Amino acid sequence: MPEIGSAKAATDKAKTALSKQAPVGEDIDLNKYGHSAEELPYQDDPSQLPVETKQRMLDVGVTLDDNSQRSGTIIQMDHSIVHSLAMQEGIEVMGTNHALEKYDWLSDYFWNAVAVDTDKYTAHVELNQSNGYFIRALPGSKTVYPVQACLYLARGNLAQNVHNIIIAEEGSELHIITGCTTASREEAGLHLGVSEFYIKRGAKVSFTMIHNWTPEIEVRPRTGIIVEENGVFLSNYVIMKPVRSLQTSPLARCVGDNAVVRFNSILVATPGSSMDLGSRVILDAKGAKTEIISRAITTGGDIFARGYIEGNAPEVKGHLECRGLILGKEGMIHAIPELKGTLAGIDLSHEAAVGKIAEEEVEYLMMRGLTRDEATATIVRGFLRVDIEGLPPQLHVELQRAIEASQEDAM
Amino acid sequence: MLEIEQLTVAVDDKEILHDVSFSIKAGETHVLFGPNGSGKTTLLMAIMGAPRYHVTRGGIIFKGKDIVGLSMDERARRGIGMSLQRPPVVRGVTTRDMVAACIGEGTSEEAIARIAEKAHMGDLMDRDINYGFSGGEIKRSELMQLLAQEPDLALLDEPESGVDLVNIALIGELINELLQKEHPIRDRRLSGLIITHTGHILDYVNARTGYVMLDGRIICEGDPHEILETIKNKDYEECRRCLK
Repeated sequence: MPEIGSAKAATDKAKTALSKQAPVGEDIDLNKYGHSAEELPYQDDPSQLPVETKQRMLDVGVTLDDNSQRSGTIIQMDHSIVHSLAMQEGIEVMGTNHALEKYDWLSDYFWNAVAVDTDKYTAHVELNQSNGYFIRALPGSKTVYPVQACLYLARGNLAQNVHNIIIAEEGSELHIITGCTTASREEAGLHLGVSEFYIKRGAKVSFTMIHNWTPEIEVRPRTGIIVEENGVFLSNYVIMKPVRSLQTSPLARCVGDNAVVRFNSILVATPGSSMDLGSRVILDAKGAKTEIISRAITTGGDIFARGYIEGNAPEVKGHLECRGLILGKEGMIHAIPELKGTLAGIDLSHEAAVGKIAEEEVEYLMMRGLTRDEATATIVRGFLRVDIEGLPPQLHVELQRAIEASQEDAM
Repeated sequence: MLEIEQLTVAVDDKEILHDVSFSIKAGETHVLFGPNGSGKTTLLMAIMGAPRYHVTRGGIIFKGKDIVGLSMDERARRGIGMSLQRPPVVRGVTTRDMVAACIGEGTSEEAIARIAEKAHMGDLMDRDINYGFSGGEIKRSELMQLLAQEPDLALLDEPESGVDLVNIALIGELINELLQKEHPIRDRRLSGLIITHTGHILDYVNARTGYVMLDGRIICEGDPHEILETIKNKDYEECRRCLK
């Protein structure tokens, strides 16, 4: 494990960073949001939640009426954990506050993968934390079905400040599907989410996150991942619905030999949406590998699609692919792929392309009898079809379904 | 099936085809010869309705109706199909997706598999269409899509170019299936217009009429084998001399 910080030191550090702006993304005035929320009642049976709420959750892959294909469920609404249940031996699922009470060692995992003084948002989460989830796979445990987690903003003008800790112990395998969403109304809100992942030796985590916000929500996730020897971390991130402002840049560090990290991101920016998404991977151990793939579409919003790979150890390999499609007259995509190598014998590469759909391709499909709209939709669907290696087939199907459902609304 | 009447076509305001007229009856296959740049592909693209190819005069009558005002997809749905010489790669859209689109309503995995097998394309069905395909694979893929589409009029742009001798027999079989060669002549309903450079395809296809196109005009019409023989022996220069 990297350096272990004490709770007091973290709090002190956070205080020094309270006004530290993030280097990119619009600066958010945290004072305009409420920071306290009433405690919501715990639901033994989450299928009793209102139909509309359940539908919002279902849209982000969280199914409450039938959890037979889930290894566990945790739901946080505003600041309250309203349900948590682990359904498989060797898998632990609970609210972060509860986990901190249960395990005195857990505080050692706080702020190792993400620095507490990264910016004002991390500092704010440290000083005003409102729960979050703790998911852990015990050594050798392997989930058959994914654990589902939902972070839900119910009240308007509220800041949700969650701190999530995910630990995959040695040789374990954990699949997680996380849906972040809000009540479908046009009120402002802020979602600050710190997520720290610890992938131990030989462990594997797939983390599929679907964001489904509303046009007045601001979102600043802060994510760090530490991957040990032969560990695998696979992230799929999908955001296809309007959001006022999203800025995030997960940082994965491969600290053990042959660690593997893959980031796949699918972004659709509708008019009025501003998205700045980067994925960063530091390859610090021999033979570590990474692949960062992003597919960005604007139908009128602005997207910065960033990627950063740094190779500091022998025989590391990394590839970065940013592809952007501009549909319509408005909107901007700015792809910024970056590579940094610090020794000979490493293999880092990138490709980036931004443009509109080639007319020649549309015509080719029209020649086969598709209308212009059908041809365009087929090409867009293909553009968003990212081959996701290592994802369980069922989760892959669900992800594709979510993408296609969102696509119908977004286009 | 198809009547081309005094057709004049411009691309980017430049007139490429001048006053072209000919007709193809149901069940007939015609062949179009001509040097590079003579306007053969332009003619096929104009019949298909590709937007860059503007009909400035004349008409394209298909099954009794002038289709000049129709979009490419409408023409496809009315029964015109075309195989391209150099089709584009469409990333993310698989060969299977294309065949499914060609079959249209009522597509099924079984139907796709049957057509793929005929074209020896089974291994390429889940690849992005045309991505990394060899010359022969592109031609087979194009013909497979037309088999799925079942057009009444097939426009084939150099279906045998860049294909080795082993593949050319397969290409010939696919074209014959497309044009119902197994049917007696009187029962054939499907028509074809084929551009060929080498004429190899004439060994496999029962073509009734051949045309020579030079500088955007059809300057000669006759037995395709005889035309091919002349071109082979004396090149297109003989066609020019013959004109004078």
